[in-house]
Amino acid sequence: MRLVIREALLSFRRAPALSVLSVTTIAFALFVFGLFALTALNLRAALQQVEERVEIVMYLMRGTPVEVATMAIGDIETFPEVAEVAYVTEDQALERARDELVELQGVFEDLSVNPLPASLEVRLKPGYRDVEHVRAVAQRLEGFRFAEDIRYGGDWVSKLDRLRNLAGAVGLVIGGAFAMAAVIIIGTTIRMSVLHRAREIEIMRLVGATDGFIRRPFLLDGAIKGAFGGLAAIVLCFAAYAALTRNILQGTFFTTQQSILLVMAGTALGLAASSMSVGRHLRKV
Amino acid sequence: MIRFDRVFMAYPKGALALKDVSFHVAKGEFVFLTGHSGAGKSTVLRLIYAEDLPTSGEVRVSGFATSRLKGRDIPKLRRRIGIVFQDFRLLEDRTAEENVAFALEVTGTRRSVIAPKAMRVLAQVGLAAKAQAYPRELSGGEQQRVAIARALVNDPPVLLADEPTGNLDERATRGVFQLLRDINANGTAVAMATHDLDLVRQTTYRTIELQDGAVVFDSAVDESESGRAVR
Repeated sequence: MRLVIREALLSFRRAPALSVLSVTTIAFALFVFGLFALTALNLRAALQQVEERVEIVMYLMRGTPVEVATMAIGDIETFPEVAEVAYVTEDQALERARDELVELQGVFEDLSVNPLPASLEVRLKPGYRDVEHVRAVAQRLEGFRFAEDIRYGGDWVSKLDRLRNLAGAVGLVIGGAFAMAAVIIIGTTIRMSVLHRAREIEIMRLVGATDGFIRRPFLLDGAIKGAFGGLAAIVLCFAAYAALTRNILQGTFFTTQQSILLVMAGTALGLAASSMSVGRHLRKV
Repeated sequence: MIRFDRVFMAYPKGALALKDVSFHVAKGEFVFLTGHSGAGKSTVLRLIYAEDLPTSGEVRVSGFATSRLKGRDIPKLRRRIGIVFQDFRLLEDRTAEENVAFALEVTGTRRSVIAPKAMRVLAQVGLAAKAQAYPRELSGGEQQRVAIARALVNDPPVLLADEPTGNLDERATRGVFQLLRDINANGTAVAMATHDLDLVRQTTYRTIELQDGAVVFDSAVDESESGRAVR
């Protein structure tokens, strides 16, 4: 094991320029992928915020007793799609209208009778906030006798649906392409360092080194380069994030776990790339 | 020690590199492989260290038979063979001692053994004083001695030398050849491919001559059996 570590470190010392080039290449490949992941992450967070506003409002007929509404809430909360149900009384509705619709404040002030109905506001669980489920829940709500009207902004929800699907598909394709590019670039880089040491590999084989013995320093070498590349990519991503969020955008950075994941991805890629290129080399000679 | 039994070897395109080659090299024997370039000398050596496998027939080396040879046996086989090339094949960024030690390291020799053993073998080839020199600081003859030391360091019963003097001047050639003879005198079988006929004529060692991939002369057979060809 000591020999493996020594040989792997020797490869850094013997070809420092090539090693730095490898790490830099890996770093930039992962940086581009990381930037994309960061964008996707923030877009998803933004979409989620919008999604949370998906709700179904059931207006109750005037004079529906509170007890009946309360029982209905109990029923509705047992729907598998439903996260929570809030009861908004007529007075609360008026209160809200006064607060939110400032332009019409005068109109509401002069009222002698509250024209606004009480309502039940139904929020759905994440994963059910799409047109299909919203519509299904709304239909079931129509079954209540005291339901005056049911609103859920069907158009808006279906637009959100489309946006979500689009973001998902684009993310998958572009993310896949970036990941693929990173894999190819890293593979090529590591292959260069394997070719750089082709002579050494040949001599190792001639003096009776096993394939496993030859492979190990390269695997370690690849893993170290991948890890360094991943770390550098995180730093680059953070620099880009800091520059952008200072005065242009608001957003969130990777969590510690996600950062660790990116470094681990770099390590794994380095490992896989060296395993493949050494394997290919060993089969060829 | 080394036995070729009706060995045929075809190139991927189908041309034959070796045609029906049979011979046997005994323990501790010295054999010259001679013939023009492309006659098949290197191919014979490559088959011995299992870089290539015969298309048909069988090669046996030091207890390993090609017909039963598995991939993982090849390193084991190579540890029982020392190999020396015309172009030395030393690692340029390591000293003479490190080049020799390398052969011990890759075979998992204990660290406490490596340095003294590498030095002992370097002394054996007359290079103890230059142990810390890098290949570029050594003459061709000295580089070949380092390569021979590396080949010997695992105490192989067989030493293969593919044109070991091909890149050397006359004086260095004599020195390296004498070294190979000394090694042989200590009991190591040596198979040396060469087209330096002067070298061959200097000695009474057995000579196997190849032509177009076939054995056309084997002094062990042809001279003892009044000129009957092995074919």
